[in-house]
Amino acid sequence: MHNSISLTVNGVQHDIALSDPRVTLLDLLRERLHLTGTKKGCDRGQCGACTILVNGRRINSCLALATSHDGADITTIEGVARGDELHPLQAAFIAHDGFQCGFCTPGQIMSALGLITEGQAGCDAERIREGMSGNLCRCGAYAGITEAVLEVQQQLEAKERRVA
Amino acid sequence: MKSFDYVKPASIAEAIAAARTPGAAYLAAGTNLLDLMKGGVSRPDRLVDVTHLPGLGTIEKLADGGLRIGALVRNADLAHDAAFAKAYPAVAEALLSGASAQLRNAATVGGNLLQRTRCAYFYDVASACNKRAPGSGCDARGGANDIHAVLGWSDGCIATHPSDFCVPLVALDAAVEIEGSKGRREIRLEDMHLLPGTTPEQETVLEPGDLIVALKLPAEARNFASHARYLKVRERTSYAFAVASAAAHLTLANGRIEQARIALGGVAAKPWRAREAEELLVGREVTDQNFRRAADAALAAAKPSGDNAFKIELARRIVVRALALAAAGTPERSPALPASPFSIHSGALHDA
Repeated sequence: MHNSISLTVNGVQHDIALSDPRVTLLDLLRERLHLTGTKKGCDRGQCGACTILVNGRRINSCLALATSHDGADITTIEGVARGDELHPLQAAFIAHDGFQCGFCTPGQIMSALGLITEGQAGCDAERIREGMSGNLCRCGAYAGITEAVLEVQQQLEAKERRVA
Repeated sequence: MKSFDYVKPASIAEAIAAARTPGAAYLAAGTNLLDLMKGGVSRPDRLVDVTHLPGLGTIEKLADGGLRIGALVRNADLAHDAAFAKAYPAVAEALLSGASAQLRNAATVGGNLLQRTRCAYFYDVASACNKRAPGSGCDARGGANDIHAVLGWSDGCIATHPSDFCVPLVALDAAVEIEGSKGRREIRLEDMHLLPGTTPEQETVLEPGDLIVALKLPAEARNFASHARYLKVRERTSYAFAVASAAAHLTLANGRIEQARIALGGVAAKPWRAREAEELLVGREVTDQNFRRAADAALAAAKPSGDNAFKIELARRIVVRALALAAAGTPERSPALPASPFSIHSGALHDA
């Protein structure tokens, strides 16, 4: 079966021919578009390393068939920084030692982006931890990850107060 | 993963026609199905993608005071719908206690009702499993079965239904709207899932081609909004299935219970309504003793299916605590750790 889908990935539109419907968004990003920042950890929706934003929402790309997402707007870790300028979350992960080996980090950052957009956690560390529970870190950098997300959320809220 | 034909129907009628053939399966978000397919547990020949079907993604208030939730509404959207969470707080809390934020963003209402057991022997294709391969036996019976069923199980299968969402729904008399080749029909959610008996491979009353199009809550389900909780014990604080869980709903007047709605999760092959326990509470005072009597009634028929006798006492205590929390009143906002027994002080880190 031949099927063609169109995806916007990090602002760039791609028309992609799919000869097999089994291709997940994760495999398409990594193997077809060579965007290897999105990691394949468990490939079963348990570890969160493959987290991306689809139409602004964080999902596990390993459990999403590419062919079902024709027309989707996708953001991966490669689309987060502005040139050489790191996204505040990326800078905060470095400042707070939010990783050791780094394998889970792209998924953690994409998940944190989704969490902040969802607006459910605010500056409550426990809600941040709960909201990030779909991202495992085998190095155990959870304390730094929570601090990094909390700091960016606090910066955002301070900025909103200044604007208001 | 085995190869399959991918079909993207434009209408519900087309979807039903495409899914009626043997070997066909509906695909919604795929958060459970793709996992099963990657493991070789589910091996469909054809996937009928329903995610683009029109008209299945809305939440509407019905003229009779009930609520109709389209089958494609995503779990996160339903849980975070402010009006929904206010009217049915235990359902929202159950949704938020399930899976991870990423999965809740993708998973659908209809898919959640039809998710499969997480019995490790069902997932392991090298193991005997009557549900996956009828007649092959049940390796869970002599295996690691501490989290398996204590109610309604059979010699052929001791698996549990994993859904949190279904537990308060069954307590609230939710109904499922189904469209099939013979048109639309409505059944009680409580009647949709089957106990294993001698045919554990038959998990629901759905027939080939049947598509869940909506979930309905009756008008009376709103009456419990101020005294409704879901409580779930897991093997870790977050992102885990229930070892045992309970939904408790009460209406109170002058310190006495007018109505009670109780259901348990993680204890059987279906969400388990505890009607005898409910009846024992009607007209009673809010006391620990009355809650214990209700919990004893809820678990009266329970028996261990393996190394899980502890689950019977655990489930009793969860029922008592869920009732006590419901009687104390629904919190203004779902707790930081939804449904967690460790969630005591708002904002405090429970294990830091």
